[in-house]
Amino acid sequence: MLLLRRLAASLPLIASMALVGCASDGGSGIQSQKLATIKARGKLICGVDGKLPGFSFVGSDGQYTGLDADVCRATAAALFGDPSKVDYRDLNSSERFAALASGEVDLLSRNTTETLSRDAAGGNGLSFAPTTFYDGQGVMTPNASGVKALKDLAGKPICVESGTTTELNLADRMRELKAAYTPLKFQTGDQTYAAYLQGRCVAVTSDRSQLAAKRTSFPDPAGHTLLPEVLSKEPLTPATTNADPAWADAVRWTIYALMQAEELGITQANIDAKLAEAKANPNQADLRRFLGVEGEFGKQLGLPPDFVVKAVKATGNYGEIFERNVGMGSKLKLERGSNRQWKEGGLIYSPPFR
Amino acid sequence: MPPSSVSTVTPWWRNRRLIPWIVQAAVGLVVLVVVAFLVGNLVRNLTAAGLLLSWSWLGNPAGFDVSETLLPFDASLPYWRALLAGLVNTLRVVLLGLVGATLLGTAVGIASFSSNGLLKRLARIYVELIRNIPLLLQLVFWYFVVFLALPNGTSAIQLPGLVLAKSGLYLAWFSDLWHLQWQGPHLDGGVWHAPLRLTVEFGALLTGLVVYTAAFIAEVVRGGVASVPKGQWEAANSLGFNPLQTLQRIVLPQALRVIVPGLNSQYISLAKNSSLAVACGYADLYSVAETTLNQTGRAVEVVLVLLGSYLVIDLVISALMNGLNHLVQLKER
Repeated sequence: MLLLRRLAASLPLIASMALVGCASDGGSGIQSQKLATIKARGKLICGVDGKLPGFSFVGSDGQYTGLDADVCRATAAALFGDPSKVDYRDLNSSERFAALASGEVDLLSRNTTETLSRDAAGGNGLSFAPTTFYDGQGVMTPNASGVKALKDLAGKPICVESGTTTELNLADRMRELKAAYTPLKFQTGDQTYAAYLQGRCVAVTSDRSQLAAKRTSFPDPAGHTLLPEVLSKEPLTPATTNADPAWADAVRWTIYALMQAEELGITQANIDAKLAEAKANPNQADLRRFLGVEGEFGKQLGLPPDFVVKAVKATGNYGEIFERNVGMGSKLKLERGSNRQWKEGGLIYSPPFR
Repeated sequence: MPPSSVSTVTPWWRNRRLIPWIVQAAVGLVVLVVVAFLVGNLVRNLTAAGLLLSWSWLGNPAGFDVSETLLPFDASLPYWRALLAGLVNTLRVVLLGLVGATLLGTAVGIASFSSNGLLKRLARIYVELIRNIPLLLQLVFWYFVVFLALPNGTSAIQLPGLVLAKSGLYLAWFSDLWHLQWQGPHLDGGVWHAPLRLTVEFGALLTGLVVYTAAFIAEVVRGGVASVPKGQWEAANSLGFNPLQTLQRIVLPQALRVIVPGLNSQYISLAKNSSLAVACGYADLYSVAETTLNQTGRAVEVVLVLLGSYLVIDLVISALMNGLNHLVQLKER
């Protein structure tokens, strides 16, 4: 029954739909089934990659680190005031949507590109939170291969992870170049990079951040180069399902809070001081509302009033998360680039907390 | 004579013909109600989630490539063509796998009766080693450890008309059948070219399936041969048959009656196990379906296509094997 086992990733969807009663019939607007389930469970179940340094990676101490993992932690902190109340599930790129649709994970924070067909109710039916990393697809080759540009790859085998947008973008770009190539598809990132390192493929393609991240774990990181071409836009975005808009809003505004905190200069180190300042000064209405001293933003979302304070205390603001995991303070050493705040010419922009 | 029964009419609850019918009907009704409830609920929930079965996506352009196809395929063709290309790839590896596993398995099974002690031991070691290691591990071993360790480019293993490189097996063949033009493998820009080519992904999957299934077939064959009474060997020997003739004319025809039903389930396993192809990057039906599922989000439909395809493949194998079984059985009247 090996086939059945392999299909297990999608079967819970069918099984749950056949067995679950009409639970969603009684939805009365602001009530969120998902939020209630998560609060009753006392833990957030978060789908991550688990094998991608800088985004979600299990360290030698068994702890998950990375930008994607920090989104899970900040959400758990916003919900429970405790960033450790997260159960992580490692998902490969083919399992991830079925796991989310069947309710096996509450939140998918797994370097997933936001696209129309994934968002649409007639497609994968996901609900995307704010983009946490603006990326683009790249191609990596060994220096020794002599490949300098994408067109040099005509007639050569290229390794790619199956079930990703990169697989489609590669097909599109190579069609434009009228360059025949052999796609070698693997189910997991580990297999993909193993085949590449064994020399089966002349190139491997993925998000540029992922290539840079994986390269840090190669035996010879300096022996591999990213080609200059950027094949596509890849906005990497956490997602929930379309089925529960209230839960999607709670996640969306928790992530916006991290971005807004950076804009306001609120960091993990000064959050207590800022909070004291807001409490002492009734004239700082913006800050008081943002930190939950007054108003009922938290209540409207179904979260505690001080969810922003708890989230920032747990992980720091967006900028801190970026620098610690993928920026200059990490092994990956990625530039902020498009991921700077909008005031500095980047794309990170939180709508007002009003 | 016992006293005759007082009543001559049997009450219905003691009627031996009626009762089984009532029980059957009751069980049938319960099954029907449960199935109807599950299906109704499934349809209701799928409709609520906007996922009710729809097949129009099958005609949309796939947008992804499939490596090594027998049928011509490119990214502009529809999904159903991609799935078909995957199905053909699955059938290709299953058919070759069946032939290979049968030959190897029969040889090993018979070798375990050899009078040569070394051969006999080797056959036993092979069976015990292979059948106790999960197939997935074996496929990963064949692909990453054996086939991907092959040298590449100019240092590839070269024999006349044959090149074995990291990218695959290249064979010489007639490039033009009319004029009998023979073309051997040649190196062009660091990449080998030849009229006939098998990729290492295909090679690793085929090797893994053949070696794994052959171990089980060897046991089936061994069981079949062992089921023929020793007296048959001795009788053949005393009639002047040599060991090979004995096996061929006396033992195997009788053993086949035991072997064929056992082979059937091994063949079916091989067909199902071919879906492990994703472990070594071969574009079989499962791999193509997985990509399709991800790109379209039609999880239920794609899984149904997969279930249906493997079911049909296995039922066809079963039907053929049952026909064969019918042929080799002893005709008794």
